[in-house]
Amino acid sequence: MSFDVDVTVRRGEGQIAACFATGPGATVLFGPSGVGKTTILQMVAGLVRPDTGHVRVAGETLFDAATRIDIRPEHRRIGYVFQEPRLFPHRRVAANLRYGMGRGGSDWDGVIAMLGIGHLLDRWPRSLSGGEARRVAIGRALLSNPRVLLLDEPLSSLDRARRGDILNALEAVRDQSGIPILMVTHDPEEAERIATAIVRL
Amino acid sequence: MLSAEEWGIVRLSLLVGGTAMLVTLPIAFVLAWALARWRFPGRVLLDGIVHLPLVVPPVVTGWVLLLAFGPEGPVGRWLAEWFGVSVLFRWTGAAIAAAVMALPLVVRTIRLSIEAVDPRLEQAARTLGAGRMRVFATITLPLCAPGVLAGLVLGFARSIGEFGATITFVSNVPGETATLPLAIYSALQRPGGEEMVWRLASVSVVLSLVALVASEWLARRMGRGLHVL
Repeated sequence: MSFDVDVTVRRGEGQIAACFATGPGATVLFGPSGVGKTTILQMVAGLVRPDTGHVRVAGETLFDAATRIDIRPEHRRIGYVFQEPRLFPHRRVAANLRYGMGRGGSDWDGVIAMLGIGHLLDRWPRSLSGGEARRVAIGRALLSNPRVLLLDEPLSSLDRARRGDILNALEAVRDQSGIPILMVTHDPEEAERIATAIVRL
Repeated sequence: MLSAEEWGIVRLSLLVGGTAMLVTLPIAFVLAWALARWRFPGRVLLDGIVHLPLVVPPVVTGWVLLLAFGPEGPVGRWLAEWFGVSVLFRWTGAAIAAAVMALPLVVRTIRLSIEAVDPRLEQAARTLGAGRMRVFATITLPLCAPGVLAGLVLGFARSIGEFGATITFVSNVPGETATLPLAIYSALQRPGGEEMVWRLASVSVVLSLVALVASEWLARRMGRGLHVL
């Protein structure tokens, strides 16, 4: 199992619950805005603590309420591409990409070529377009040598041409890197194109 | 331009202001961090206490310092017993008064700069494998550094202008506690001191102006997400 997730968490009045187990390839969490898709990703990454349940990724238990396992986000080895690129504004693109490389085992040249960001390395994040920043964010997550990749609406707020670029990049990641992907989207077209399995919420 | 005596006054002012900021920096940073990031009972009260020197008459602040650091005061007795020193009538006392008076300004500026750091960037760093200390050293600190420097520069300017608390706490001793404002005050009392007043006042204005411009420049750099270190 790439992802074995069964969690609930209280959010104000309501409750967010998710339960799914999927194999390799890309799993898409598909559903309208506001049902808590992002919160599920945050629970997998360890940024939000579930009230009950468990999170197992690539065979390792990252969270289990019953046995009180709760691995810190920095030890989970999960590449998280947030809805906003969240590039560090005080570091150039190359330094952003290198930030998570301490764990070793990353394929610098391969990732740069796959995402087509070689010409951006000396730039500051504030000078990048939306699509460029998104590709750098994906590259930064991949270069941290993650076990799995979480993608939160990677195509939102991009124009048509840019969306095509990112979609191609994501397909390349899915097919070339072999890293399991968990992606959140509300766009059926995106879901169809990327998904190996779809979880409807 | 300036006489040897006047240069001495300027040097003393810079020494007092600089020392005050060295003392203030760690205290102000911890206070600013607590006020910006921690939720604890008494937070509003702590915020109020930090801001007191801004609104209480400076003479009262000086008097409270005198009570605390005087020979019978808790801090004063401790300093005398353990180190055999007193800060009364000394430049170190002037630095303490300046530090206390500048604290609200420095804490305020540093707090704003910490609050301006986007916690989502820190989350991103955590998912990239950085522990809390590395996130602080590589993300939070560099991003708020311009604001911290701006706060120090502003506090330094405030220290150099400190008058009421200083004269109450450590008196007006030439060469020891008589910083620019105190020396100007003395010169005004003295017949024929007008020229010295003009020169010292000009130096004060220039120093303050430079500090204000530097602090503005730093704050603006922070607003654009630039780094200075």
